Amino acid sequence: MLEKLMSIDRRIVFILVAIAVIIPTLLNVRFPITVSQPTRSVYDFIDELPPDSTILMAFDYGPSSLAELEPMAAAVLRHCFSKNVRVIGMTLLNVGARLGDRVMSQTSAEMGAVDGEDYVFLGFRPGGISVILGMGTAIDSVFSADYRGKPLSEIPMMQDVKNYDHIALVLDLASSGTPSTWIAYINTKYKQQVAAGVTGVMVSELYPFIQSGQLVGLMPGLLGAAEYETLIDTPEKATAGMSVQSFVHLLIFVLVVVGNVAFFIQRRRAQ
Amino acid sequence: MGTLTDLITLLVDFVTSHAQILGIWVAAFFTLCIYSFLYRDNPFYRFAEHLFVGLSVGFGIVISIHQGLIPFAWDPFWEAVTKREFMGLLKLIPIAIGLLFFARLIPKYSWLIRYPIAILIGIGAGRAIPNVMDAFIFRQVHGTLTPFGKIHAGELGFFAIFGAILMLVGVICTLTYFFFSIEHRGVVGRISKVGIIFLMVGFGSAFGNTVMGRVSLLIQRVDFLLSDWLRLI
Repeated sequence: MLEKLMSIDRRIVFILVAIAVIIPTLLNVRFPITVSQPTRSVYDFIDELPPDSTILMAFDYGPSSLAELEPMAAAVLRHCFSKNVRVIGMTLLNVGARLGDRVMSQTSAEMGAVDGEDYVFLGFRPGGISVILGMGTAIDSVFSADYRGKPLSEIPMMQDVKNYDHIALVLDLASSGTPSTWIAYINTKYKQQVAAGVTGVMVSELYPFIQSGQLVGLMPGLLGAAEYETLIDTPEKATAGMSVQSFVHLLIFVLVVVGNVAFFIQRRRAQ
Repeated sequence: MGTLTDLITLLVDFVTSHAQILGIWVAAFFTLCIYSFLYRDNPFYRFAEHLFVGLSVGFGIVISIHQGLIPFAWDPFWEAVTKREFMGLLKLIPIAIGLLFFARLIPKYSWLIRYPIAILIGIGAGRAIPNVMDAFIFRQVHGTLTPFGKIHAGELGFFAIFGAILMLVGVICTLTYFFFSIEHRGVVGRISKVGIIFLMVGFGSAFGNTVMGRVSLLIQRVDFLLSDWLRLI
């Protein structure tokens, strides 16, 4: 029995995980979400902004991180549009251009936000750090036109937004190391407030920046998205996803405990 | 010939009118292809993997050309030529330096690649050193020690004081573990062992968050398959 448990086919674990995801999804199970302080800090910062303030959202993620970061982007955009906070979208990753445009278009249509007045999507520019620093001098020196080719000089909301002096917050939604780059180059040099929403894989390495005050707040993966949906009282995909996630975590917890207990029993018997 | 054209038109019309449904079926097919790897390696998985890599690279190149090369290199150059603004031709200097990257493809002139690399490293290091030192070292040290000033001023509660002390102990012990100029014996050895505990806690946290991230991806795909494809939800 113990030997069988220790040499269990990994495909059985896969099937158990699949069952733990599929059944709660079909049953549409919902658990309450408790909001953590780092996510609440992002929400509070945006919530306290006066109308017609501007934030910059960087969609620095690709399709492989869509599941975690798109619900987060949608929740923040809903919040901004409901508070009349204007949003400038852009990305440092070429694969993020289409994704950023998609989530901004969908959310703006849902919330009745107007392109060019309530939001603008600038798209992608290669260069990384050069783009970040260039926008500190003049946004139109890096992005002369928006994603659809409309010159910035013809976009109403960009008439009074020239550089970081006119941007209240930079929110980086990232699946790679870009939040550290934003922190190092614009928080340090321009004293720009920065917040981040990142994939679960990289959230641990960014917590020190909250303690030091270099990040206003931090949204961790799908959990961060679910927390933000809770804060704006609009439960969507992330909230449903986190409820399903609880079942999988429980299963993994049980598997880890059973595996360790079996291992120690087997080792004691061998001794 | 006419029949072939009609057939192609019919096919294009069909694809256009059923684009969303076709997209969902294609996405579902490739999702299943990728997950088939969990059983074992197979041609369907290989096909999907290669297609994904090819598409990603192709898409990246096209976006980079349209949003980088054309507006920053080609348009200014062509404007300078057509409007006879010869100052605009100065753009040719960075373009030429950038083109030196391709010297790598010609063995005889491959040494020319050293110039753009040297420029990139020089600019990168010059920009990075002051900002990175400030952001990742000075500000982090400041963030670690600031709570002790607040403790002195009586601004922190019990748990915040405990957290500040724990963090300082963690930083010192972990740094000691990575300090190899002294042999890790005696007091130093014990401190570095405490550092290992903090490192393990850090790795555990990272692993837990990684599991959460990976499960999130699975949940999103299952949600797609059950709702968009099979319409069971």
